[in-house]
Amino acid sequence: MNSFSGFVVKEFKQIYRDKRTLIVLFGMPVIMMILFGFAIRNEINNAKIGILDRAKDEASQAIIHKLEASDSFEISAYLKSYDEVEALFRQGEVKEVVVFESEFRKKLVKQGQANVQVLTDATDPNLANLVQSYTANIIQDYAETLHEGKHLETAGISPDIRMMYNPELKSVNLFVPGLIAVILMLVSALMTSISITREKEMGNMEILLVSPLKPYHIIIGKVLPYLVLSVVNVITILILAKFVFQVPFEGSYLLFFAESGLFILTALALGVFISSASENQQTAMMISLAGLLLPTVLLSGFIFPVSSMPDVLQFVSHIIPAKWFLVIVRSIMLKGSDFLLIWKETLILVMMTVLLIALSIRKFKVRLQ
Amino acid sequence: MKTVVKAVGVSKYFANVNALDNVDFEVTEGELFGVIGPDGAGKTTLFRLINTLLVPDEGSVTVLGLDSVYEYRKIRPLLGYMPGRFSLYQDLTVEENLNFFASVFGTTIESNYELIKPIYRQLEPFKTRLAGALSGGMKQKLALSCALIHKPRILLLDEPTTGVDAVSRKEFWEMLKVLKQEGITIIVSTPYMDEAKLCERVALIQDGKILQIDSPESIVEGFKKPLLGIKAKSTYQLLQALKAYPKTNSAQPFGEYVHYTEKNRTPDQDELRDFLKKQGVYDVQVVSVKPTIEDRFMELMDPQNEEENNA
Repeated sequence: MNSFSGFVVKEFKQIYRDKRTLIVLFGMPVIMMILFGFAIRNEINNAKIGILDRAKDEASQAIIHKLEASDSFEISAYLKSYDEVEALFRQGEVKEVVVFESEFRKKLVKQGQANVQVLTDATDPNLANLVQSYTANIIQDYAETLHEGKHLETAGISPDIRMMYNPELKSVNLFVPGLIAVILMLVSALMTSISITREKEMGNMEILLVSPLKPYHIIIGKVLPYLVLSVVNVITILILAKFVFQVPFEGSYLLFFAESGLFILTALALGVFISSASENQQTAMMISLAGLLLPTVLLSGFIFPVSSMPDVLQFVSHIIPAKWFLVIVRSIMLKGSDFLLIWKETLILVMMTVLLIALSIRKFKVRLQ
Repeated sequence: MKTVVKAVGVSKYFANVNALDNVDFEVTEGELFGVIGPDGAGKTTLFRLINTLLVPDEGSVTVLGLDSVYEYRKIRPLLGYMPGRFSLYQDLTVEENLNFFASVFGTTIESNYELIKPIYRQLEPFKTRLAGALSGGMKQKLALSCALIHKPRILLLDEPTTGVDAVSRKEFWEMLKVLKQEGITIIVSTPYMDEAKLCERVALIQDGKILQIDSPESIVEGFKKPLLGIKAKSTYQLLQALKAYPKTNSAQPFGEYVHYTEKNRTPDQDELRDFLKKQGVYDVQVVSVKPTIEDRFMELMDPQNEEENNA
C-alpha cells in the first residue's frame, strides 16, 4: 500500500466510524426532500376564505360555487356585513374575503361590468399574492363563460396565461434542483473544510506535513470520500424526486451526472479553499455556513428568483456557483436541454473550479507558518 | 563524531515575541540530546525549526547536512517526529494508527517490527482498542511506535513524558536507551529537571536563549557554592525567614527541603540557625546536599549569580 492509498483508506475509515455524522449526511437529503416536497409549497391547498355576498343572485352564486369546487379554497365563513371583515381577519380565521356588490348579475349583464372586491390578509405577502391570483383566475374563468357566443368587442381582452414546463407551478419541480445544490454544498464544501481543519486543530497535520505525503495527496485524499458521498446523495434525491414526487426528468441522465460531478468538484474546491483560510473547525464551519450555505439558499434563485433581486444582489449572485448549477439542472430536468444550451453556464463553473483549485494549492502551507 | 543537527545563530520571532534568540547548538550522531527548560522557553519552536515546519528568521539549521529551508523535502522522511500534543487519530485503533503511519512512509509494520518491538509489544494486547481510549502512558508508547515505524535517522520527541505517570516515564526513558543502541540520534525535550541526567548532553533553555550545553555531570559541576538543605516545621515560614536573612544568596524550595546558598563562600551554619530561631522557625534541620541540575539551572537563570561565579 503506498502512502496515498493508505491515506484514503484512513479517511474512509474515519468517516465510516463517525456514525452520527454519517446518518446526518445520508439522512439529510431525504429529510430535506420530504420537507421541501410536502411542507413548503408555493401552491395553495384548501386556503380558508370568507364570502360576503350582497347580491345573492345567479352570477355570484356561480362564482362562489366555482371557488368552493376548487381544491385551493375552502369557504369557512359567510359574512352578513362589511363590518365583520376586519374581525374575521384579526382572528386569523381566513386568508381572504371575497365581496360581491349588490345587483351583481344585473350590472354584469347591463353594463358589462360588475365589481368583486378581493381582500387578503397580507401578513404573509407571498400567500396573499397567491390566493389573490388564484381567485382572480376563477372569476376570470367565469367571466369568459358568460362572454361566450357574444361579440368580440363586448368580450373584452382577457389574457390567456399558460405556464410552460411546469404548468401546475408545482414547487417541488423547482425545489429539487435547488436542493441538490444545497446538499452538495453542505456535504462537499462544509464537510471537506471541517475534515481538513480538524487535522490542523488536532495537531495531526503536523505529522502529516513531515511525512512523505505531498500536499496534493492530502487534499485529494480528503476530498475523495466526500465525492463518493455526494454522488450517492445526488442519486438519492433523484430517486425520491422521480418516484415520490413525480418530478419530470426530460433531459439526459448522462449530462445531468456530468454537470453534477462538475458542481461537486466546485464545492469540494471551495471546501479546500476555506480550510486553507481557517485554523480550526469552528471557523471553517462558520465560513461554510454563512459564506456558502446562506447565499446558496437565498441568492442562487433556489427560493427567490434572481431577476427580482436588487442590482447589487443580482451581481453578487453571479459569483455563486449554485446559481449557474441551478440554471443547468433546471434546463436539463424540466426542459430537456442538451449541452449546447447550457455550455455557457458549464464553462463558468469550470472556470470557477479551476480558479479555486489553483488558489487552494497556492495557499496550502507545507509548513506551520 | 558526525554532526547530524547544526543550528547557527538561529532566531525566531512570533509577532513581537522573540521565541528563540541567537541559538547555536550541535547534535552528534547517535547521541541522546536533551532540551531542558520550563514551559514557554522555546523548546517546541526549536523542534519545529529542526523538523522544517518552521523557517528561522535569522541563522540556519542544517539536518544531516541538508538545509532546513531549501532541502526540507529531503529532510522530512529522515526524521521521526512526535509532537508535544497527542497527534494520532483517536478514532482509529492502535493497529490502524500504526498501519496508517507505516503506509504513509511507504513501509509496513512487519518490515520494521524489530525496531518497534520492545515498545509495541506492550501495546499489542490492546491493538483493537481505539487510540482515544488509551491511557496517557500507552498513548505515548503508540506515538513513539508511529514515529519510529519508518526507521528514522533522527528521532525528535517534544515533551514525550509530560502528563504521563512516574512509572510510564521511567519505562519511556528505558525505551529511549534501547533505541539509542540502534544508532538512532534522539533529541528529546522535557520540563522535568530530573530527566536531564538521563541524557548524554543537555541544553538548558530559558526565554529563547540557551543557557548552557554540556553533559549533565559537567552542568552540575558548574555549581560551585556549598549547598545546604534546610527543613523546618513550616516551609513557608522558613522561606520568609531566609528571605529576610541578609546573607542569603538563594533559597529555593525542593520538595520538603529548601536549597540554600549564602553570599559567603562557606556558610556559617550556627549564625543561620540562631537567626532562624529568633525568627521563630522551629524544628530546623540543616544538612549539606549535592547540587542537582535544577540548582544549576536556577543559578544560571539569575544573571547576578553568573557574574559572581566568574569573578
